[in-house]
Amino acid sequence: MSYPYLPKKELGEVPLAGEGATFRSLTEAVARVTENPAPRGWWIAFLSAASFLGVMTIAIGYLFWTGIGVWGNNAPVYWAWDITNFVWWIGIGHAGTLISAVLFLFRQKWRTSINRFAEAMTIFAVICALVFPGIHVGRTWYAYYMLPLPSEMQMWPNFKSPLIWDVFAVSTYATVSTLFWYVGLIPDLATLRDRARNPLRKKIYGALALGWRGANRHWQNYERAYLILAALSTPLVLSVHSVVSFDFATSVLPGWHATIFPPYFVAGAVFSGFAMVMTLMLITRAVYGMRSIVTMKHLELMNKIMLVTGSLVGYAYGMEFFIAWYGGNDYELFCFKNRAFGPYAWAYWTMISCNVISPQLFWFKKLRTSIPVMFVVSITINIGMWFERFVIIVTSLHRDFLPSSWGYFRPTLVDIFTYCGTLGLFFTAFLLFLRWVPMIAIAEVKGVLPESDPHYHPEEAHADHHHAEPVAAEAEE
Amino acid sequence: MASSKKKKPFAYLAEFDTTPAVIHAAEKLRDAGYSKFDAHTPFPIHGMDAAMGLSDSKLGLLVFPVAMAGTATAFTMMWWMNGIDYPLVIGGKPPFSLPSMVPIMFELTVLFSAFATVFGMLHLNRLPRHHHPVFNSERFAAATDDKFFISVEADDPKFDLEKTKKVLEGAHCTHLEIVYDDDGQTETIPLGQAEA
Repeated sequence: MSYPYLPKKELGEVPLAGEGATFRSLTEAVARVTENPAPRGWWIAFLSAASFLGVMTIAIGYLFWTGIGVWGNNAPVYWAWDITNFVWWIGIGHAGTLISAVLFLFRQKWRTSINRFAEAMTIFAVICALVFPGIHVGRTWYAYYMLPLPSEMQMWPNFKSPLIWDVFAVSTYATVSTLFWYVGLIPDLATLRDRARNPLRKKIYGALALGWRGANRHWQNYERAYLILAALSTPLVLSVHSVVSFDFATSVLPGWHATIFPPYFVAGAVFSGFAMVMTLMLITRAVYGMRSIVTMKHLELMNKIMLVTGSLVGYAYGMEFFIAWYGGNDYELFCFKNRAFGPYAWAYWTMISCNVISPQLFWFKKLRTSIPVMFVVSITINIGMWFERFVIIVTSLHRDFLPSSWGYFRPTLVDIFTYCGTLGLFFTAFLLFLRWVPMIAIAEVKGVLPESDPHYHPEEAHADHHHAEPVAAEAEE
Repeated sequence: MASSKKKKPFAYLAEFDTTPAVIHAAEKLRDAGYSKFDAHTPFPIHGMDAAMGLSDSKLGLLVFPVAMAGTATAFTMMWWMNGIDYPLVIGGKPPFSLPSMVPIMFELTVLFSAFATVFGMLHLNRLPRHHHPVFNSERFAAATDDKFFISVEADDPKFDLEKTKKVLEGAHCTHLEIVYDDDGQTETIPLGQAEA
């Protein structure tokens, strides 16, 4: 008899969790991180992240007090770092749902080791993203105009505008990702509850676990809910960055007005999201000793996805140029020539080398399975993807239709502090997650161990089982 | 032990060490005609629904109408706000323009369905629930770690202190106890010769 969960050695398959992992060892490895006191490294990282968060608070406070003029945005570059950062963060926030939903529907069982992690990262990245449209509107206290709320002016939003689609897409995405994440957490929170010795801890995790008792009648609905959420999130995740790209694509600005934008943005989002998951996971896995749960196989598969999406993004860059020439529109061609050889050429070529060239290293198995290489490449990709958004936004705007209004955008200190501050917000939230929430989906990883197979019998248990059958039959009478 | 005889037990709680053992036990209970029993496992076991004789989850039936309500809400909102109450002519498009409404109709469909899925799942599972008698067992904490349990409720028409015990012993449980509802008590039942 073949066990569906056992790796097929003839096909070169390796176990999804490291050799010798058992149910108990998994529970221990993941739960003890939240139970033991935080290591000193955690405190150092947390305090530095929290101080960056403080910098963000001050930068935003100053912005509110003084006005948008404290940023480098000015005619003709009305959108700059604010929207760059927004799109960058939202893009990073795509990997989590992709891993948890799309790979779930494709029955890619290796996702179980990394999905919790990636989903948490998604939520925090979306929170960071939401900061920017919230503060860049100038008079932030009027941000509620974005919502269809009855107001004294008796006006409603213009639903034909992609900007309002964006409000709905991003807020739906934030809500659904959070729900998805929480549903996934329920069984693991119950594990923490059942291990808790401190009464307060037991109460808190007990309340969060909602009284979960692992009943199969519950698992049945739970698994169906998970499947439905995955099926809902798959088109959702593709829609979110498509809608973000509509903000640009539906305008008439050369460099933005392109039908290739939705798939191009989605590929870029997945690309940057996987890179961010990789960066964080390499550190966490080493610090917390998760090497038997997140194995080299997982890392290699993720690198392959980065190679694919990186090449897709490279194709899109090439195609934009081709269409600019082939389309015969002078303004479009000028815009792209200006991108590659104009004042922002440095940003453009940074983007190309980080996004298109660096992931090509992953064609080689030796480099794809080297931790230092993948660490450096993952950080390079994140830098490159930030530059991609910067290039798209700023180079298309800074030389508009009227040469007399051409300009050159330079960020101010407040721009820089705000951006670095959101990194602080992200890492603060992420470190709190590592400290208090099971960072690996314990129940899901247990479900892919060979032991979990209903037909799994180690040899001695197998013999015993058949021997005992007649006794059992008697007992039923 | 003598005093607990008068109290009505809530359920038998049998413990198992392996996935195959618990699934065989569920099959035995199903074949013996039990209906009010449940398996408690650290992860969902493939094939357990069939072993327990459960029908398919009803969650989809609950989510679909709510999904349609989401689509309808989005459509009605935009049609009334932009088409009737405050018509805006932008880019020469008609005030009520269906193609531009598609993204928000999609988003609200997904949003409504996600809430229906999560709250529908909790409703079908009768969660959150503050307490449940199986938690009275001290051993039950392992149900979220590495042990497998089967609870057979005393409300089951087939439930009988002696006969049910025999079925569970016959299924090679490694530990067997009775849990009571109100006073947080459990009583361990010594296992017969079928003990592994």
